[in-house]
Amino acid sequence: MMNSDLSRRHVMAGTASIALIAAAPQAFALSAGQAQQLISQAVGEINRAINSGKSGNSLYRTFEGIFRKYADVPTIARSALGPPARSASRKQLTEFTNAFAGYMSRKYGKRFRDFAGGQVEVTGSRAVKQFQEVSAVARIPGRSPFAVNFMVSDRSGSSKFFDLLIEGISLLKSERAEIGAMLDKRRGDIDALIGDLQRAG
Amino acid sequence: MERVVKLLLDPKIGLLVAALSLAACSTPNTPTEIHDPYEPANRVAHAVNKGADRVFFRPASQVYGTVVPQPVRQGLSNASSNLSGPRNVANDLLQGNVEDAGHNLMRFLVNTTVGVFGLFDPASGSFGLEARDTGFGDTLAVWGAQEGAYLELLLFGPSTERDAIGQVVDIFANPLDSIFEDGADVAAATSFPSVLNSRFELADTVDGILYESADSYAQLRLFYLESRRFQLSGQTSAENAFDPYENLYEEVYEGLYDEF
Repeated sequence: MMNSDLSRRHVMAGTASIALIAAAPQAFALSAGQAQQLISQAVGEINRAINSGKSGNSLYRTFEGIFRKYADVPTIARSALGPPARSASRKQLTEFTNAFAGYMSRKYGKRFRDFAGGQVEVTGSRAVKQFQEVSAVARIPGRSPFAVNFMVSDRSGSSKFFDLLIEGISLLKSERAEIGAMLDKRRGDIDALIGDLQRAG
Repeated sequence: MERVVKLLLDPKIGLLVAALSLAACSTPNTPTEIHDPYEPANRVAHAVNKGADRVFFRPASQVYGTVVPQPVRQGLSNASSNLSGPRNVANDLLQGNVEDAGHNLMRFLVNTTVGVFGLFDPASGSFGLEARDTGFGDTLAVWGAQEGAYLELLLFGPSTERDAIGQVVDIFANPLDSIFEDGADVAAATSFPSVLNSRFELADTVDGILYESADSYAQLRLFYLESRRFQLSGQTSAENAFDPYENLYEEVYEGLYDEF
């Protein structure tokens, strides 16, 4: 009795560890070094963009390209939409995600315009919960340096950042509040929200 | 410094601090969420503040920023910031941070003398003594007082129960008063052009929050709480991080990836 119990436990433990080992490369694939490398690359493109002399729509398009390449846009968009995303149709979600990407690029592209002549420099990374946090510092002429942190995960299937914090202020949380308020103004009408987003930012 | 200690021993302030500690009991230990039980009153204050910005601070800052040349504005802001030197040193000592106290003392001495009463900031440049501002709100946090509820104060803007007490003590127990007569009044008077200058320099950001967002109250609250917590802890907090992957609804999520 005791023996069979023990062996069953062994078998279960064995199965569990096999499952764990099998899942491990998937779940813990993203190392601090990889996350840091990804953000260094993204930051390099951001630096080139802010010092390219481009402005207006041309600069926003460059930012949208960087945003789509390095950020997990579908996850950020879904998270910003919140629980109403559950009742949205697939078409609505796709349209919303595209409108959201454009809105983000215009809104934050305007801010980045003020960073001309500056440099963002990656300084380190650490594991937080189930993701990696890559820290960077932005040095803009005539201003005190400020902290920029990127939250990076590979749970979408590829390594992307899903949040960006400037001096501790989370872009993701800010947009969750903002999109929530925009949707409230439209009494929950997602199509109306998509129309607003295409014009906003 | 004497003034701060005297003030702390003052029964009225003692009562305030006690009230704060009590109030703090109702809030979670690690401030990761928004605790805003006074939201209706705060929103009224926000509407008043926004009105004051629209009719006064915003236009006044534009006139100030356009008429007064940048070096003059910068000089006045420097002078105002220099007057917070003694307050910084006193609070560094109250926090037991001897290194910052020495740093801020040297900074104050250099900028008051070489920097001509603080109009210039040579300390940040050649002396490597960059600004390390602190106040009684920070001291309360170091002493373990909880953040308390979020508050939006009339004219003073976003705050918390802990920071509001800090602001009161910073204003009424300014050690500058023991250095020269009416020191605190001078500090208060010079802070006005400094406020206008900040409003002018940060116009895009402030306008973005106040006039271009769907809920400016919620945005300002988030910005204040998150940047304040970051400032106090010196890093982003893991507990505070929002992980969107924990909350996604799998089926829609996967479908979205197919098409995106």
